[in-house]
Parts: sequence; structure tokens; C-alpha cells
Amino acid sequence: MGDIVKIATRESYGNALVELGQKNPDVVVLDADLAGATKTSTFKKAFPDRHIDCGIAEANMTGIAAGLSTCGKIPFVSSFAMFAAGRNFEQVRNSIGYPHLNVKIGATHAGITVGEDGASHQCLEDVALMRTIPGMTVIVPSDDIEAKAAVMAAAETEGPFYMRFGRAAVPVINDRPDYKFEVGKAVVLKDGTDMVIFANGVCVAEALGAAEKLAADGINAAVVNIHTVKPIDKDTILEFAKKTNRVFTVEEHSVIGGLGSAVCDVLAEEYPVKVTKIGVYDRFGKSGPAGALMKEFQLDAEGIYNQIKAKI
Amino acid sequence: MTNKELKITATKVRKGIVEAVHSAKSGHPGGSLSAADMFTYLYFEEMNIDPKDPKKADRDRFVLSKGHTAPGLYSTLANRGYFPVEDLKTLRKLGSYLQGHPCMTETPGVDMSTGSLGQGVSTAVGMALAAKLSGASYRVYTLTGDGEIQEGQIWEAFMFAGAKKIDNLTVVIDNNGLQIDGKIDDVCSPYPIDKKLEAFNFNVICIDGHDFDQIRDAFAKAKECKGKPTAIIMKTTKGKGVSYMENQAGWHGKAPNDEEYEQAMKELDEQLAKYEAEV
Repeated sequence: MGDIVKIATRESYGNALVELGQKNPDVVVLDADLAGATKTSTFKKAFPDRHIDCGIAEANMTGIAAGLSTCGKIPFVSSFAMFAAGRNFEQVRNSIGYPHLNVKIGATHAGITVGEDGASHQCLEDVALMRTIPGMTVIVPSDDIEAKAAVMAAAETEGPFYMRFGRAAVPVINDRPDYKFEVGKAVVLKDGTDMVIFANGVCVAEALGAAEKLAADGINAAVVNIHTVKPIDKDTILEFAKKTNRVFTVEEHSVIGGLGSAVCDVLAEEYPVKVTKIGVYDRFGKSGPAGALMKEFQLDAEGIYNQIKAKI
Repeated sequence: MTNKELKITATKVRKGIVEAVHSAKSGHPGGSLSAADMFTYLYFEEMNIDPKDPKKADRDRFVLSKGHTAPGLYSTLANRGYFPVEDLKTLRKLGSYLQGHPCMTETPGVDMSTGSLGQGVSTAVGMALAAKLSGASYRVYTLTGDGEIQEGQIWEAFMFAGAKKIDNLTVVIDNNGLQIDGKIDDVCSPYPIDKKLEAFNFNVICIDGHDFDQIRDAFAKAKECKGKPTAIIMKTTKGKGVSYMENQAGWHGKAPNDEEYEQAMKELDEQLAKYEAEV
């Protein structure tokens, strides 16, 4: 086996924007003094006239994006998830969501894998916040290929998008000829009969690792990547819930309001079945290397495997 | 339009405000009336717009950052021909396209949804920036309250507009001196507004917001100014035109009862007759 290629999805975001910039002259990118970190500096270099640095003023940046979109531009608002969704919740709701404007929010540095910066910057609530806004599409890509595809799809689809990217490099897991990204369509990565693990973001690769460990114990777990939390793929969720009758969800996010909650919303109404939510349990993050934090929060393959084993 | 025509039109706009808020039994007459002359000048004299084609690409844009004064904007749009004046009576009612605060997806002529204070100026800056990026010549206008500028986001937007020299943007500040809890200088004074905006690289013009000569002159100067956004700080009377509402913070967000409504309409009709009789 060759070395596993690892790329941070924020890098994918920056690279995809450059590609988009070449294709579509209406694409503009906004930053709040974080172009180096959000990786939009590559776009800034390629298209300096279409990169707008708003300074450290995320609320204003969000409003400017809203105004730009009413005049035909396709703005990509870039910041850390904590600010893009957290600090800006009301601006996103009222200036973008309520008028259903064509603004794309690229939120990087989501979750505990921010690492050393610690809890103040480790947003674990953004998916919950964003999915409550009517008409908002929420995507949590799992790797480089999916992140790029999500950015392209967002540019081609009318309406507000929230895309969640990470700081830390993650394995490329979708590099195969039959991979196809479709907004709102889950990706089945591994079929299985004993249980299904619904995961997204950095947890998809870890869930695959956990499924391998389970297989060694004779447990056949399906792994399904729910990259789009909203609109969610009800059909695939129901199909695998019915097939396995045991559901686990895994996310680098609070278990309150994120993927796990979204899956439960579907299953509680349509096919009640036992669900265990694996994620961050009503606590803040902490400083440390990303990998060590994934272990500490039991979101690495080993931790996910242990949590599943403890429940069956 | 002559000043006489503007005064007549502004009085009709005021009548529409009182009509709408009375019918709704709630809403914000005070700040709608203080800005009625400004609304009238913008939509009948200043802006390049077409009520028959509310979304035409090269139109000038207007953002009502102080969105609670929607009755003022709606009455102006109705009198300008965007929709029937009779529909003002549906304000705030279930099924009406006249929402309590401006909604761009519901109401013809509304360029941005607003209502949560402090956000409108940023969106206006975005529109003005879009014109610059596209090499388009349209101008963008936004109206904020003097209380509203207590919101921090407003100053983020001012800083950006000044720093980036957004000179196709004109910010009008309705300085009626009152907010819900009382006088703005008692609640949390934003003064001196003019000096603050000058420091933010704005071309600042202070006027009487009920004097059409001064309003006309201010917009002419705004258009001539290059390299800076313009702020027009207009001194106004909250509740202007209805005697018992004038300078009363209590009329910020309250509807007149039937008796008060009759009184207001009588006063406004008298003003209308006076302006019509002017030579």
C-alpha cells in the first residue's frame, strides 16, 4: 500500500475557489483578516480585485456579502466556524437566510481538530445553528475531493450554503472513479448488516477505521457518509436503519443539534430504532494536538470502536 | 419636482403612514414621519428607479437600515406607484405582502430585508461595492436611525466604507434625537456623530431633514464627492406632521386609536390644503 495522502479541507476550499474564479467572473471571496488561515490567500493571489478583506469585522463581512449577492455576485464568506456561524448567527439568519440570498459561507477551523488554539476557537455548535435557518444547505465534507466538489456544487446551486472545513490534514478517502458528489445525497462507503454508522467530516475516515476493527470481531457495520446535513438524505438513512436496526452517528460536533440529531429527527418520525450519538457531549474542547484531541474525545477509530462496543 | 410638489407628496406619504399604522393597530409612526421628507425626496427626485420594473439591473438601490420604519418606506413606494395605496391598510396583517419589517422577497421595490438594527448599512456597502466591481454606475442609499448607530456593526460598515473609499454610497442618519427608552443622549449618547464620521473618512453634510432645499443640495454634493462615502446627518422631528406625536418617544412604536387617527388625518389634510394653496 502506498502512503495515505492527507490534505486539510481548508486547503481544498482555497484551491476550489481558484478554480471557480477562473470559471465564473461573478465569484468574489470575502475574508476577515484570516485569508492565510482559511487558505483563500490563493484566490487573493490569483484574483486580487475579487478578494475583499473586510478586516476583523465578521458581522459587517456577512452583510457586505448579502448586499453583493443581491447585485448578481456569488460571494464566498470565509472565516473560522466559530465566527462565521457563531458570532454571525443573527447576521446569517436575517441578512442571508431570511431573504434567501445566494451567499456561500466557507467556515474553516471547525471542531476540536483546530487543536492548540483551544476551546474558544473550537466551534462545536455551528451545524446545529446553521441547520435551524430555513432554506440553508449545510455540508460537512469528509476529505479533499468532497470539499472541492461541495464548493463547485454550492456555486452552481442558487441559495445560501454553509460549508464546514477543517484545519487539520485528513486522509483522502474518496479518490475512486465511481465517486460522485450530489448535494443532499449520502455516500455509502461500506455496506453492512449488523449496524450502520452515519458519519461526516473528519469522522468518516475514523468511522471506516472503526468498522475495520468491528469486522475483526465479526461485526459487519455499514458506513454511510452524510456529507449534507441539510437537506438530509432521508431515503438512505431509512434504508440502512431498516436493513440493520441499529444506528450509530459520529461527528466532530456537539451531539446537541448536529448530524446525530438530524438523523434522529428522521428516524423518530419514520422508523424508530435505537440510535447512539457519538460526538462531543455537552462540553467545550481544549488545547492540544489535533490527533491527541480526537483520541481524548474518543472520536478516532479506536475511540469510536470502543464506544460502539460498549453499547452492544 | 418643485418644493411645493415635494411637500404635497410628503404629506400624502405621511397620511399613508398614519393610515397603515392605525389599520395595523401596531407599528412605528414616529421614525417613519421624521424620515417622510427624505423618503419622498429619494423616491420622487433622487433615485434612478422604475416602479414598473422594480428589479431593473441598473437602478439605484435603497436599504432601510432602520427597518422598523417600514410604514414610511411602504407609503412612499405605494405613492410612487409600486403597489396600490389602498394596500397600506393590510400592513402587518396575515397574508399581506407588507410585513412588519421590510422583506425583499414579498414587497415590490424593497431592495433588502431589514429590521434587525445595525445590519442594513453593511448590505448597502455590499451593493455599492458590487457596482464598483462591475463598473456599474448605480448609486446606493441607506437610512439609519440615530439610535441605531449604537449598534457596533454600523461602525464596522462605516470603517469599511471610509477605508475602501466607497463613494457611490450615501448614508442618511435620521437624527430625531429619540429612541424607545428616551433621548439618545440620555440612553447612550452617540454624539458627536459628525466628527466621528469625519474621522471615519466620510464626506459629512449636516442638514435640516424637513427642508427640501437643503436635502436637494446635500444629495448634489454627495454625487460630486469622489473618494469618500457621504453621510447626510439630518436633524428631524420625530413624529413630524402630527402635533401630538412630535418629539414624543412614546410614539416610537405605538398606533393611534380611532380618535387620534381622526385628529392626525385632520391635521395632515390641513397641511395638504396649505401646501396646495402655496404659489
